[in-house]
Amino acid sequence: MSGVWWAALRRELTLIWRAPADMAQPLFFFVVVVSLFPLGLSPKPELLALVAPGAVWVAALLAVMLSLDGLFRRDQESGALDQMLTAPVLSVVPVSAKLLAHWLLTGLPLALMAPLLGYMMQLPVAVLGTLMVSVLLGTPTLTVVGAIGAALTVGLNRGGILLAVLVLPLYIPVLVFGAGVVRTAQDGLPTDGLLAVLGAILALALSLGPLAVALGLRISAGD
Amino acid sequence: MWKTIKRWYHQLGSPVYFYRFSSAVLPWLLPISLVVLAVGLAWGLAWAPVERYQGDSYRIIYIHVPASSGALMGYIAMGVAGLVALVWRMKMAEVMLKALAPFGAVLAAVSLVTGALWGKPTWGTYWQWDARMTSMLILLFLYLGIIALQSAIRDPRQAARAASLLAMVGVINVVIVKYSVEWLQTLHQGSTLKVIGESSIDDAMKWPLLISMLGLWLLYAANVLMRARTEVLNRERRAGWVRKLVNRP
Repeated sequence: MSGVWWAALRRELTLIWRAPADMAQPLFFFVVVVSLFPLGLSPKPELLALVAPGAVWVAALLAVMLSLDGLFRRDQESGALDQMLTAPVLSVVPVSAKLLAHWLLTGLPLALMAPLLGYMMQLPVAVLGTLMVSVLLGTPTLTVVGAIGAALTVGLNRGGILLAVLVLPLYIPVLVFGAGVVRTAQDGLPTDGLLAVLGAILALALSLGPLAVALGLRISAGD
Repeated sequence: MWKTIKRWYHQLGSPVYFYRFSSAVLPWLLPISLVVLAVGLAWGLAWAPVERYQGDSYRIIYIHVPASSGALMGYIAMGVAGLVALVWRMKMAEVMLKALAPFGAVLAAVSLVTGALWGKPTWGTYWQWDARMTSMLILLFLYLGIIALQSAIRDPRQAARAASLLAMVGVINVVIVKYSVEWLQTLHQGSTLKVIGESSIDDAMKWPLLISMLGLWLLYAANVLMRARTEVLNRERRAGWVRKLVNRP
């Protein structure tokens, strides 16, 4: 079982590694969207610092969501997805490897980039660490929950917009707590409680999410 | 008792039985629901006493609260139907899930509109990002998501199963959203109607509210039955009993 898991993880990482442009796109999107805010609003530092938590978080949310549209599509077109579902192992095993690989190459880079963007949005330096931790805790949930939507829309040719309509309402708790943590830190208040809630949501997503993704893939495959 | 419930569950799980059962129930359910709703609304809008602080503007409660509770109950019912559809692969649960969505979405929209109209005279604004208003808006989004997903997948069974999974995830989401927005400054009044313990609403205002609520829920149930009947006929159109029904051998 764990052999299959490692093999699936290696396959995913190799696939993404061989198309590095795909990996860079969500990150590039993240940077571009955040830099639209100062241009659209006004470069006033106090104003930017006020909207920074929400702006960075909304951009991260959209970046993860857009990157998920292709998560299962290529495997479905090549038939690898059907192999995965009919293989004599629980489909949760390869699915969870796939989700981990996706987070490692999308969510993790976003979290590492977030402090820089926060700094550019005039967030105080003392808050940047909290911003990074919140994105680090929130993006795995975004990957898992979004993957449920991606699994349900994998066979449909107009998946993109539909995926957004399905998944964005489900992202709202992460957005509220994620941006809320940063705002709390800006006010100089303790953030442990809200970070713990983000962690609790992550625990829920990690424990039930992969099962739901696997079930969603089965439904889409016509099971 | 348990045996009766189990027998009902199995009987109503059969499309033929459901169709016959609903044919018998619907001619009663629909008029009764309309009468109860009319009584509750008329009583509430015309005869219930004027509120001390809000004057007559509070009377929108007789539409607002039934619509909000209907929207919430409808979504939870979709989650339950989704669970039954996925775990026991019961066809009628899939049909019910599909039938529950449109009216529930309308109720969520009605709740938002009446809430906005009520907010203007009492809070001085049509819209605030208050915890309950935000939750209801998200609930409307979730309803629309279910409808969008169902209409995007052509095969009815696959569409229903996909919607089942989404509805279950959505129910968990609604709970988390409710708590996630609660820590924002909340403007909404607390619930005045309590199932357990003393309600803080006067009897003269409570009874018309309860009657309107019951009436709207019955109307929702009638709407669900009507939609479910159409869906059953559509799904079973090749079955013998449907052919016999429409006189086409």
